[in-house]
Amino acid sequence: MKNILAIAAKDIRSQFVSPIAYVVLTGFLLLGGWFFFNLLARFNFLLQLYLQFRNPEATQRLNLNEFVIAPLLHNLSVILVILVPVITMRSFAEEKRSGTYELLMTSPLTVTEIVLGKFLGAFVFVLVMVLLTGIYPLILVLYGNPEAGVILSGFLGLLLLATTFVSVGLLTSSFTENQIIAAVSCLVTLLLLYVISWPAETAGEVMAAALKYLSLTEHFSELVKGVIDTRDLMYFGSVIVLALFLTQRSVESLRWR
Amino acid sequence: MIEVRDLTKRYGDLLAVDRVSFTAQKGEIVGFLGPNGAGKTTTMRIITGFLPATSGTVTVEGFDIFDDAHEVRKRIGYLPENPPLYSDMTVTSYLEFVGRIKGLARAALPEAVDRVIRRCGLTEVTRRVLGHLSKGFRQRVGLAQALIHEPGVLVLDEPTIGLDPRQIREIRSLITELAGERTVILSTHILQEVVQICRKVVIINEGHVAVEDQIENLTRDMPLEEVFMRFIGGGRAAAEEATA
Repeated sequence: MKNILAIAAKDIRSQFVSPIAYVVLTGFLLLGGWFFFNLLARFNFLLQLYLQFRNPEATQRLNLNEFVIAPLLHNLSVILVILVPVITMRSFAEEKRSGTYELLMTSPLTVTEIVLGKFLGAFVFVLVMVLLTGIYPLILVLYGNPEAGVILSGFLGLLLLATTFVSVGLLTSSFTENQIIAAVSCLVTLLLLYVISWPAETAGEVMAAALKYLSLTEHFSELVKGVIDTRDLMYFGSVIVLALFLTQRSVESLRWR
Repeated sequence: MIEVRDLTKRYGDLLAVDRVSFTAQKGEIVGFLGPNGAGKTTTMRIITGFLPATSGTVTVEGFDIFDDAHEVRKRIGYLPENPPLYSDMTVTSYLEFVGRIKGLARAALPEAVDRVIRRCGLTEVTRRVLGHLSKGFRQRVGLAQALIHEPGVLVLDEPTIGLDPRQIREIRSLITELAGERTVILSTHILQEVVQICRKVVIINEGHVAVEDQIENLTRDMPLEEVFMRFIGGGRAAAEEATA
């Protein structure tokens, strides 16, 4: 545990002294703010419109959770697909390129400790990212009356999604010493998991179910709707564990005869 | 002490190290010589547990590098050819980090860091960022990193490469001082360096050990350069004759 923390602390420090962290955080919040502002403006516009037409039924259907928070979370998740690979691309690739990999691998550390340390370091970063976006629902809670439970469930979903991205990013970073290759292959894998359920509507029944099960979006959507189902939690949990396990194998393979 | 027996490393079809055997006793500084591409770095990487051997065994202070890798790693200090530095860390925070992953207790860290800083002459640069240090200081930080956990065995891959003559002399005397009760293996291209600080020489050529002997035995009749050329050049010339 001590070793895991040492590596995580080192990685977090080096993230925050490099400009990448600030560029990523700024970009994320800037885009997030833009989405939030526009969604809220549209909500406001619709509200005014419905009030003018004195349509109480439609006005009833308007709610902050469905019209602002849910689309905001979906938009943020797409941005994460692009930004998380930028965070994780360094983790192993940079150590390999700069030669510090030799230090790690010849120190009395187990490969599991190295992988978990790297994972924890990157997780703390995405946790900061997700927490910072908490400002948007906070504004809604202060000036409106959204349902807090649904918001929390949605942000839990966003965090789980980001953590899954991190573990996939670590895996692709462990394959190469080139950060660009690490980032691009992570991005492609994530996008693939994102859109894998697209042919589900035309595919056969079994195939459709399988594709939908594999899709990140399907599970994420459930959480955004406020449905915390163990099946979705299990899905994210298993992808994270699987990716970390493969990372461990990939790093360990250097030590195989 | 280090015992290398029949060490072989294959990269696909390429035989990088071929049945290499030698020993380094406690308190001995062994010079590891050979032309570029002879297999020096590969051998050192295997001894330190960075790379696995294809076959053969290495024991470090009685522990096998394959079966007891963890124990071996605790006992070796390793300076790779490029010092493994995190360019965005300061000297002190870097050494603290290395101390922690080498298994030092938190309470023992400040003292250990302080000790290697003084020993390697880093007192004036403790707050500097590693990426901004000169080559000489980087090399010293590399040495400090290898020493922080007081290992019994030091493996140094070309510790004086790229340094100016004054720095070379400083690093050399540092290594001599450090040796003491330790086992040291160092690779180098500077033959003079070997004559000055090593007791024993292992010359490796094309993956084979060409000669392993005490330095005074080798240099009795001719300078080390002559010996080196004979074993390196001779080997290749003989092989060419045989195939011709």
